[in-house]
Amino acid sequence: MSKSGVSDFDSVQLLDVSRHFGRRRALAHVSLTARAGDILGLLGPNGAGKSTLIGVLATLVAPTSGEVRYGGQTAHALGSGLRRRIGLLAHELHLYPELSARQNLDFFARLYGVETGASVDAALDRAGLGDRGHEEVLGFSRGMRQRLALERALLHRPRLVLFDEPFTGLDDHAVGIVAGRLRELAASGAIVIIATHDLDLADGLVTRVALVRDGRLLLDEPAQAGLRARYRSVIAQAGHA
Amino acid sequence: MFVSTALLVLKKDFAIEVRSREILYTTLLFALSCVLIFSIAFVKEGEPLLDAAAGILWIAVEFAGTLALGKTFERERYGETLRALLLAPAPRAAIYAGKMLGVVVLLAIAEVLLVPLVALLFHAPLFAQPLLLVALLAAGTLGFSIVGTLFAAMLVRARSRDVMLPILLYPMTVPVMIAGVRGTSALLQSPADTATAVMWIGLLTSLDVVFMTIALWTFEPLMTE
Repeated sequence: MSKSGVSDFDSVQLLDVSRHFGRRRALAHVSLTARAGDILGLLGPNGAGKSTLIGVLATLVAPTSGEVRYGGQTAHALGSGLRRRIGLLAHELHLYPELSARQNLDFFARLYGVETGASVDAALDRAGLGDRGHEEVLGFSRGMRQRLALERALLHRPRLVLFDEPFTGLDDHAVGIVAGRLRELAASGAIVIIATHDLDLADGLVTRVALVRDGRLLLDEPAQAGLRARYRSVIAQAGHA
Repeated sequence: MFVSTALLVLKKDFAIEVRSREILYTTLLFALSCVLIFSIAFVKEGEPLLDAAAGILWIAVEFAGTLALGKTFERERYGETLRALLLAPAPRAAIYAGKMLGVVVLLAIAEVLLVPLVALLFHAPLFAQPLLLVALLAAGTLGFSIVGTLFAAMLVRARSRDVMLPILLYPMTVPVMIAGVRGTSALLQSPADTATAVMWIGLLTSLDVVFMTIALWTFEPLMTE
């Protein structure tokens, strides 16, 4: 049992999950399992339903039907303590630009009940901002913000780590840092799920692939070399179907 | 957990405001301009229109409050930080309470400047019953902020939020405004009608309890997409 009162779960399961926004179908009967140690790539074109899926997993979006099980239990059964075991890094960075890097981390650490001193110092160091912690986030480059946002999302050592387009706007060096951090997380037993449309970045990083289009799951299999070719073939088949 | 989270959110909003002073200056400037313009219209040859002061005070509070609500949540929209708050393992209603308290504090600061200005420009004896006036303003501001914060949070991702906020907020806060204006008018009479003012304060307090119960109850389901 973790500090949150929620047992560390080894898998997260989507069972026949659908989600509609009015008459628009964002997800249709998606069933998917991700396990500890996986880096699951949610791939698909823009508007495929990847972000909705991430929102459902993060408990921010309620499914219209179906359910999500965290180690066999639903979010409702686990209560708000479940959110202590979830970390989310979205394209929007979830940082307050008017506050300094340290103030941002301090605030979120307190919100998650994490002690602020050593954890925040360590997070700033990992983000490469150890000597710039007092500066406003407003003055940081996109890469610096992204690294800070990554550490903010991981400050409370989540079990389920969700990334929505984590590589947008990053240079090669920053992409390498984020990718390295993802591998570390998976190796430490976290369940890592990345939603991206960038196949080149996903290739070689993800260990499982789930391909989504028009809210439907077209593919769920272990990742293999030649991800782009596989993606094209599945999309083409779905187009003919 | 609930109180500590609410205070943490309030403290965070305060820290941002100390750095930017954006909402405070905008709200104060707007409120003061509002009162000054009304004073030009309603004070003729040094004589203010009878009973105008109470209405103008509450109009300034409501308009400035609407501006503050919009700006407060605009800040949470930038960077999608409201989502980050909702993802925290704290009761979501505590996040709401923290944001709402921030709006109350901001409006209280505005009122500290507005009350003397209205008293001066409209020759209104607003300080004749200071405790009752403070109770009226506190209960009215709380009621307005409770409803306003809920709607502003709901609309944070809506494209037409700037239009929708007043459309939803003003009809819902009409009882608060009526009670505030009537209660303040009672205090401005000579001699002050304290019994009527106390009745309106009681009504405002009841509205606050009802609004707060509904807001805390509905915030989480409303904010879950």
